[in-house]
Amino acid sequence: MGDLALRVDGLGKQYRIGKREAAYRTFRDALADAFSAPFRRVAGLLRGNAAAAADLSETIWALRDVSFEVKKGEVVGIIGRNGAGKSTLLKILASITEPSEGEVQLYGRVGALLEVGTGFHFELTGRENIYLNGAILGMSRAEIKRKFDEIVAFAEVEKFIDTPIKHYSSGMVLRLGFAVAAHLEPEILIVDEVLAVGDAAFQRKCLGKMNEVAGEGRTVLFVSHDMAAVRKLCTRAVLFEQGKQVLFGEVDEVIDSYLKAQSNASSVIELPAGDPESPAYGTRIEFRDSAGQLRSEFRIGEQWQVVLHFNVRRAVKHLIAAVGLMLLDSLPLATYWSLPQDLTAGQYSATFQIDFPFKNVYLQFAVGISVLERPVYYCAGIGQVRILDVAKDEQPFRSTGGILNTPQTTRIREVSYALDG
Amino acid sequence: MTVQSDRETPLLTIRPSKGWVSLKLGELWRFRELLYFLVWRDIKVRYKQTVIGAAWAIIQPFTTMVIFSIFFGQLAGIPSDGVPYPIFSYAALVPWTFFATGLANASNSLVGSAHLIKKIYFPRLVIPLSAVLSNVMDFCLAFGVLVLMMLAYGIVPTVNVVFLPLFLLLAFSTALGAGLWLSAMNVQFRDVRYVVPFLTQAWLFITPIAYPSSLIQNETLRALYGLNPMAGVVEGFRWALLGTQRAFDATILVSALASVFLLVSGAFYFRRMERTFADVV
Repeated sequence: MGDLALRVDGLGKQYRIGKREAAYRTFRDALADAFSAPFRRVAGLLRGNAAAAADLSETIWALRDVSFEVKKGEVVGIIGRNGAGKSTLLKILASITEPSEGEVQLYGRVGALLEVGTGFHFELTGRENIYLNGAILGMSRAEIKRKFDEIVAFAEVEKFIDTPIKHYSSGMVLRLGFAVAAHLEPEILIVDEVLAVGDAAFQRKCLGKMNEVAGEGRTVLFVSHDMAAVRKLCTRAVLFEQGKQVLFGEVDEVIDSYLKAQSNASSVIELPAGDPESPAYGTRIEFRDSAGQLRSEFRIGEQWQVVLHFNVRRAVKHLIAAVGLMLLDSLPLATYWSLPQDLTAGQYSATFQIDFPFKNVYLQFAVGISVLERPVYYCAGIGQVRILDVAKDEQPFRSTGGILNTPQTTRIREVSYALDG
Repeated sequence: MTVQSDRETPLLTIRPSKGWVSLKLGELWRFRELLYFLVWRDIKVRYKQTVIGAAWAIIQPFTTMVIFSIFFGQLAGIPSDGVPYPIFSYAALVPWTFFATGLANASNSLVGSAHLIKKIYFPRLVIPLSAVLSNVMDFCLAFGVLVLMMLAYGIVPTVNVVFLPLFLLLAFSTALGAGLWLSAMNVQFRDVRYVVPFLTQAWLFITPIAYPSSLIQNETLRALYGLNPMAGVVEGFRWALLGTQRAFDATILVSALASVFLLVSGAFYFRRMERTFADVV
C-alpha cells in the first residue's frame, strides 16, 4: 500500500436540532417542567454533558455511511446540492468538528481552506495580517517569512502592504487571503468553494493556482458547485445527497449523475424581487410549448417559449428584456433580446421563441432587464428545462456526440409586450 | 528491494471521542506560535483602537485606588497593616485588575472567536489562554505606577520580592481556570455574559483589597479564606512588596491549591466540552 492519502470509513455526523414537543397532560405538568428544565440543563452543563445541557432530543444525521479512499496525488471533487453534507464532511476531515460514528485515517498533514482570510483583522496592516493568517492556517513564522514576498506579489498589494486592510477594497482583501492560503503546503489540501467569490480574473488566478497544486502531486479534496471547475481539476468525484454518499467514481460519470438528479424541473419559476429602487424587475418566468401548455421538457426540434413576466414601476424609455440560456454548469449558450420599447408603469410579459438545436441537455436561465443602456434587473441560475434527444416528428438531427448539432443562427421570432391582467 | 509493511500507520485518526479526554498539551506546545500571534494581535488592536491606548491600563486601578483611599481609608478608617492606605489598596488592585480583566476577556473569548472556531482547526485552549496572556502588558504598565508610588512613599521592597512572579502566576492560573469554565459554558448558554460582571463584583468584595485579611483573627477561618485564590494573590503581593507581617501562611497555601484545582478542572472541563464548540457556537 503506502500510496493512500486518506481513508474514510463508515463516517457519520449527527446534529441535535430541536426538542420534541412534550405532550403535557395537565397545566401542572407544564408548570413543573418549566421550573425543573433550567435546573436539569444547568446540571447537564456542569457535568460537561453538552447534549443534556442543550436539552435537545430531536436529532438529524447530516452525514451517514460515508466510506471512500483517496490515493496520494489524486484530486477528488465533492459535489452535491446545498445541505447534502459536503461541508460537514470537510469539517470532520479538517478536525473542526468530531464525527458521531466511523473514522477517518489521514496519511499526511492536512491543510483546510474553508474560507478565504480567516481571522483577518481589519485594524491590522496587510503585512501583519499575512503573519496572523499564516499562523492561523498552521504555518510557522519562518515559513511565512520565507514566502512573504511571493505572497505579496501573488496578492498584488505591494504598494499597500503597510496599510491597515480596512482601507483595502474587498477584492484586495480576498486576493490577500487567497495568496496566503495558496502558499500553504500541506500534503492533503481541502478546499471549500473559495473560488466562488471574487471577479473573473481572480477566479481564473485561483483556478490556475489550484491546477498548479494538483500538478505537483498533492492530494486535493475540492468542494464546488462549479461543475466546469470540478471537471477540469478533478479525476474522481464523490456525490452526496441528503447526507448520503450516492456515488464515488470517475468525475464525468459522477457529474452526469448529479446533473440528472437535479432535473426536478418546474415550468413556472417565481423570481426574486431585486432592488426596490430599480424601475423594473422580473416576477416570474414560464416555459410553454407552442400550444401554450406549461412544460419543462421539450423534444429536440420542437419550438418552445420562455415567457418573462415583469413589473415596471414608473415610465421608462428604451426597455430591453433578455433571456440567457446556459448549461447547468453555468456555461452560457445564447442570449435572446427583445426590441427596445418605451413603457409606462404596469405588468408586462415578454415571450421569447426558442428553437435552438440542442439535444439531451439540461438548460438553466438568466433573465435581465435594462433601460437606456443601464441594467436594472438581473437574475441567473434559475429554472431548468430538459431537451430530450427524441425528436418531435422525425429525427432532424443525427447524433454527433456534441451538444450542439447544427450551428445555425437563431433569431427571436417575436417578442410581444402585453399588459397583463 | 525492501519489504514494505502492509499498511502505513496513519498520521492522524479521527474518530468520535467519549467521556473525559486528554489535555493534549504537546499539541498546544506545537501551536505556540499561533498563541504568540493571537496575543500580539490582541495587544496591537487594543492600543490601536483606543484614543489613550495604554493609559487605560493605569487609569482603571488608579482611580479605584483614589476612591478606596477616600472612602475606605479616610472616612471609614479601615486598617491597612501599617502601610499607607493608597499603596496598600493599589498593591492589591494591580493583580486584581489583571485577574478581573483576564477573566472577563477569557469568558467571552470563545464566542468572540466563533468565526475562527467554525472555519479552522487548532487547539481551542489557545483562545482563552491568549485572552488572559494579552493582559500581562496592561499589568506591567499598572505595576510600573506601583513602583513609582513605592518610590514616592519611600517603601523599599523586602527580599521576598523574588516570590512576586509566583503570585502573578497564581493570579494568572486563577483567571485562566475560571475563564476556562466560563468560556466553555458561554458557548452553550449566553447567560454567562450576565454572570461574569456580577461574579467579578462579588469576588471583589470577598477579596481583601479594600481591607486587610488580618481582620480575620481565627487561624482556621483564615485558612478557609484562602479558598478564594485571589485572597492569597493579594496578600502575597503585599507581603512580597510592602513587607506586611503575614508570611507564607495558610491563606496563601490554600489559595495556591485552590487555584491549581481551578485551572486543572477548568482545562479538563474545557476539553470535554470542546468537541461541541464548532457545532454550537
